[in-house]
Amino acid sequence: MANVTLRNVRKTYTGGFEAIKGVNVDVADGQFCVLVGPSGCGKSTLLRMVAGLETVTGGEIDIGGRVVNEIEPADRDIAMVFQNYALYPHMTVYNNMAYGLRNRGMKEAEVKSRVEEAARVLELTPMLERKPRQLSGGQRQRVAMGRAIVRQPKVFLFDEPLSNLDAKLRISMRVEIRKLQRRLNVTSIYVTHDQLEAMTLADILVVMNGGQVEQVGNPLAIYEKPATTFVASFIGAPPMNLMSARTEDITSQLGGSAGEAGILGIRPEDFVITDQTPSGGVALGLTVEAIERVGAETFVYGSRAQDEQRVAATPGELPPGEVIVRIPGTQAPAVGARIRVAAVRQKLHLFSGDGRTRIEA
Amino acid sequence: MVEEEGFRRYIAHAILWIGIAIVAFPVYIAIVASTQDNALIANGQMSLLPGGHFFEVYYQTIFVGTSGSTREPVGNMMLNSLVMALAIAIGKIAISIISAYAIVYFRFPFRMPIFWIIFITLMLPVEVRIYPTYKIVADLHMLDSYAGLALPLIASATATLLFRQFFMTVPDELLEASRIDGAGPLRFFWDTLLPLSRTNMAALFVILFILGWNQYLWPLLITTRDDMQTIQVGIRKMITTTDALTEWPIVMATAVLAMLPPVFVVVVMQKLFVRGLVETEK
Repeated sequence: MANVTLRNVRKTYTGGFEAIKGVNVDVADGQFCVLVGPSGCGKSTLLRMVAGLETVTGGEIDIGGRVVNEIEPADRDIAMVFQNYALYPHMTVYNNMAYGLRNRGMKEAEVKSRVEEAARVLELTPMLERKPRQLSGGQRQRVAMGRAIVRQPKVFLFDEPLSNLDAKLRISMRVEIRKLQRRLNVTSIYVTHDQLEAMTLADILVVMNGGQVEQVGNPLAIYEKPATTFVASFIGAPPMNLMSARTEDITSQLGGSAGEAGILGIRPEDFVITDQTPSGGVALGLTVEAIERVGAETFVYGSRAQDEQRVAATPGELPPGEVIVRIPGTQAPAVGARIRVAAVRQKLHLFSGDGRTRIEA
Repeated sequence: MVEEEGFRRYIAHAILWIGIAIVAFPVYIAIVASTQDNALIANGQMSLLPGGHFFEVYYQTIFVGTSGSTREPVGNMMLNSLVMALAIAIGKIAISIISAYAIVYFRFPFRMPIFWIIFITLMLPVEVRIYPTYKIVADLHMLDSYAGLALPLIASATATLLFRQFFMTVPDELLEASRIDGAGPLRFFWDTLLPLSRTNMAALFVILFILGWNQYLWPLLITTRDDMQTIQVGIRKMITTTDALTEWPIVMATAVLAMLPPVFVVVVMQKLFVRGLVETEK
């Protein structure tokens, strides 16, 4: 049991490339922390620095009140689950789990009881004598988890552990991991690029971009109040619609308090198809370009009509002028139809022109 | 593989049989000749069917040797060859796997220059550096000894390269998992890398054993005593006789005996050998 604190952690490679540009994160004892971001944002590097597989070139990593910058991975009291599992191919499942314990000089009887307990929890008991290549992907994943939990470490580290599994297995393993972590109550740091995994697993979510932390907090709080346009478009699927708006439009429409705003964000699920314009809210005229029906909900891809364009161009993930609207059920307007959508004032997100600051109205 | 129908299949089979005959016939002749009476062979009247002297010829070959040129029993020559071939094969594997481990997994000064120096020795076969090598071995008083036979042939750039290539395909995560599991460099080498290299080592052993077994020039140079002679050198000495008939049955029996250990090694290790060449257990 331990808390993990990163204080202004930096990583600069010998070539001068700065992979981590000063990260501050505080994970309390027993919390599940998820690092999420696009590939190349430094989240895996940061995790490997906590594990001790990468050197730290600045700042401090503190595990359970002990600065571990110069401490070997084996002595940090951590266990790691790798993306490709990194099981020892020539050892049986039993030996894979027992190896780390034996290296620490643990008595064979204690090794046996720990491995068997982990196997029971992970339902691996019938497979203890098999080699990793005789196991399915999900079973290998569980062996990798088992190797981590037999150690009874202070901290679990997960490096995209589910990305090699198929979609269905990924969801069930996600739930398994969460349940296991709750029961063992071990501080965990988990890296993923999948925002859905991040939202569902995290007690504390760290959104990273370009070697920096964009936002830290409770996943729902981040969803409801993204601090930057990057977070706004990264968390939530489909992504938030972002439109750059003229300041005078925003101030006149939304009230003077939003004087600095340059970018307006509206989540697809916050639109309603209606002819009325809610007071203080926003209404857009759209031409429907495509429809995606996924069963419980339908996504409408529309382009804003020129004459009603109160916003110039759209930064973020959507092509210029495109707006996604999410409506429940399967009822949808026909492709080519002209519709009006509106969102109420409370559902609007305002950001500064560079997208780096959220403006609370 | 494509299954041919009817006539075309017979042609294919015929070609294969001709190929087998071309390869196998000399071997057959050697076996047949080793069971015949020397006078018959010397007269040019050798039968193509096995003769009746199998046991006496092989007994004389293994335990007594020829009556003329070299009076060394072939059994002893085989022992010499075996010791040399095993020492070369095992020594080469041991040395090269350790040097490959150093080159791939450790960052030490002049790592790449050292690698390239090893690489360059590939261009220098034994024959090119034979005089300096001979001089060194002679100065170390290793002529006519097993050490002299094997040591100079043990350093191997080829095997080092092979292991280096193999180590580079081992995922880094295995090393990282070992580090987290508390395994130091020696443990990682012993517990993970060696077991993973098993098939590669087996494949290499087959190649190197045969290479060592078939050494001719080097043993010829540094052994002068008959009792240190290897079988390949022995055969040659048996054939050249100055004042007597070449004892062909014994020469042929020796040739057959010289073939057996490599065949044995290949047959026993074939499975591992093929696996080592085509797949890796990862």
